[in-house]
Amino acid sequence: MTTPTMGATAAGCAACPVHNVANLLKLGVTMDNWNFVVGLAGNPNTGKSTVFNALTGLRQHTGNWPGKTVSRAEGGFEYHGHRYKLVDLPGTYSLLAASPDEEAARDFLLFGRPDVTLVVMDATRVERNLNLVLQVLEITDRVVVCLNLMDEARRHGLQVDDRTLVRELGVPVVPASARYREGLDQVLQAVSEVATGQFVCKPRRIQNEPSELKRAVADLTTRIASAFPGLPNARWVALRLLDGDERIIQAIRKGELGELGSVSPSETATTEAARLQVVR
Amino acid sequence: MSASNATQVEEILSTARNLRSELGTDLHEQLVEAVFATAARIADRAVTRPGEKARPTLDRTLDRLVTSRIWGFPLMFLLFAVMFWLTISGANVPSGWLAWLLVDTIYPVLREGAAGLGLPWWLWGLAIDGMYLATAWVVSVMLPPMAIFFPLFTLLEDFGYLPRVAFNLDWLFKKAGAHGKQAMTTMMGFGCNAAGVIATRIIDSPRERLIAILTNNFALCNGRWPTQILIATLFIGSLVPAYLGGMVSALAVVGVAVLGVVLTFVIAWALSRTVLRGQVSTFSLELPPYRPPRILQTLYTSIIDRTILVLWRAVVWALPAGALIWLTSNIPIGGRSIAEHLITLFNPLGLFVGLNGVILLAYILAIPANEIVIPTVLMLTVLVTGTTGVGQGAGVMFDLQDTNQLIGLLHAGGWTLLTGVNLMLFSLIHNPCSTTIYTIYKETGSAKWTTVAALMPVALGFAVTFLVALVWRMIAG
Repeated sequence: MTTPTMGATAAGCAACPVHNVANLLKLGVTMDNWNFVVGLAGNPNTGKSTVFNALTGLRQHTGNWPGKTVSRAEGGFEYHGHRYKLVDLPGTYSLLAASPDEEAARDFLLFGRPDVTLVVMDATRVERNLNLVLQVLEITDRVVVCLNLMDEARRHGLQVDDRTLVRELGVPVVPASARYREGLDQVLQAVSEVATGQFVCKPRRIQNEPSELKRAVADLTTRIASAFPGLPNARWVALRLLDGDERIIQAIRKGELGELGSVSPSETATTEAARLQVVR
Repeated sequence: MSASNATQVEEILSTARNLRSELGTDLHEQLVEAVFATAARIADRAVTRPGEKARPTLDRTLDRLVTSRIWGFPLMFLLFAVMFWLTISGANVPSGWLAWLLVDTIYPVLREGAAGLGLPWWLWGLAIDGMYLATAWVVSVMLPPMAIFFPLFTLLEDFGYLPRVAFNLDWLFKKAGAHGKQAMTTMMGFGCNAAGVIATRIIDSPRERLIAILTNNFALCNGRWPTQILIATLFIGSLVPAYLGGMVSALAVVGVAVLGVVLTFVIAWALSRTVLRGQVSTFSLELPPYRPPRILQTLYTSIIDRTILVLWRAVVWALPAGALIWLTSNIPIGGRSIAEHLITLFNPLGLFVGLNGVILLAYILAIPANEIVIPTVLMLTVLVTGTTGVGQGAGVMFDLQDTNQLIGLLHAGGWTLLTGVNLMLFSLIHNPCSTTIYTIYKETGSAKWTTVAALMPVALGFAVTFLVALVWRMIAG
């Protein structure tokens, strides 16, 4: 390979969807033959598994999260010529890492950095489900919301306006009834648009903290952003540090977070191999 | 990471520490509240409810019934009784088929084939009489009940009933210092303790999860039901007139299962007041709307995720156990097999607690799987008593269909009613099978707690059988 091509490839890597291969490998996700990784998040009892099964069919594989006794499922699907790997995250009410389930879900979003995170919401319990969506949006900006159980919402006489949610959240929101396979095509369409960059999310970030806290967060965010240029969630990391989150402090010390911001030379080689495989 | 980056990182961390001490301690609550407030505001804008509440009343009515103070418990018992009945009676037929296929058909063919090939007798003895037969037993006894119980359990889960069970039982477990969700893992344990231990993953707090793991063994798993049913029929059912025999022995078995549940509460209570002291964690329990269960999906996932996983672990342990059983009864030292030596060694202790040496040895050899206890006991009894005309030779496990022949054999081995009662108790209260022990180690990652989980029930079992034997001998004189 000649030098100019090398340069072009290396520069392209940061933008390439699979440039995070090393971290994904640590989380037990292999990227052979896949173009994009999609994380599937959501509260318990939202029909998340129904969505997972409907999208992957029987092409799935169950196991444990590395080093944790939390079960997980993986599957795949193809849409418009791209191959997507779907990783089912544990069903949780929040991402505050209070339980092994929440920790597994959060670590995957943070270190695995899926190309798209599909959050399944229960249309009959919008407020409680939004708590999780908002927390996901703090960590990653490439999110699609699947507003599931629309049939039950109708049955309960509820009207959920998806356009208001799109405006408020800044990410695609697709109404669906996964049990009856309604809206799944639109979910796939939205996922592919976010994955390929056709739709650029402008996620909502929480604003209404007390002013004292806001100043502290701003100060710390600036410092983190300058130490780790390219980190998409510097503000969230700042909040976790202020909260004294040991796992995040450890991640920064070990450079796990640094890897997210920039691609080190050794990683470039692995990524390139993976990229070539994907292209082929 | 470069050196300059490392100093930058330490600077960030110290800044964070300083800011944190300035901000005070309620930061966590402030952050959570900020999220909640935003969610509430957005939900308020996006969700409208035109007209009156149109919530269907069926869900409400069902909930009022199944979580009612009066009807909740009876309904729960009824539902689970039906489930156990379906499992036990439904499993008999396919178990019979599997036993016919694996033990009665394939086994003789393998044996003849091996003999015909001119292989040395000890090789096919070890491989076919030992390893193959033990595995065949485990598969034919374990697979059908699991393939019935797990899908039924998953269907109830899918329908939305299990959270209601946890709701009903929460106060009992809370009184014992355990987690309300342990109700579910205990029930799973009735199917298989290894699966019950895996199911404790639903309990978030490590302390309460450990309690659930340590006490799961007291849920009488289906590997032990055959022992209970057989011994109850032979020794307790025979005490009453024949037309009452079936019912009385069934009640005896249910009594043992209920004793197991009582022990679960007692041990959980004792643990949470001694070595595992701590707060009972509160948890918010969602009672999700009832949904029609997806039957095919449930069958597929419960068979793949639960049945096959547990069966595989059991097979992995049955193979070496079969080899060990065969070896101990076929390697002679000074003219007698190792098994006979060991039985003589264990006999004093066994008889002291109202059991005997054969039973103790069978429990040691059958640690890998409780379902081979009865075949092993019969095989060893034949070995010791020198009875001829039953079984197929030293180290070959077998089952007897003829009750009279069976009771005659056991009486020849010195069994009494006390032996039967204590065997039922010991079958409930002894160490978990090695599949479960291995699973406990996998789940806790701690050799210490695995040891406790293995030894605590054995000690308790000896204490209980000893006390029963003591009282029995005092009364009987």
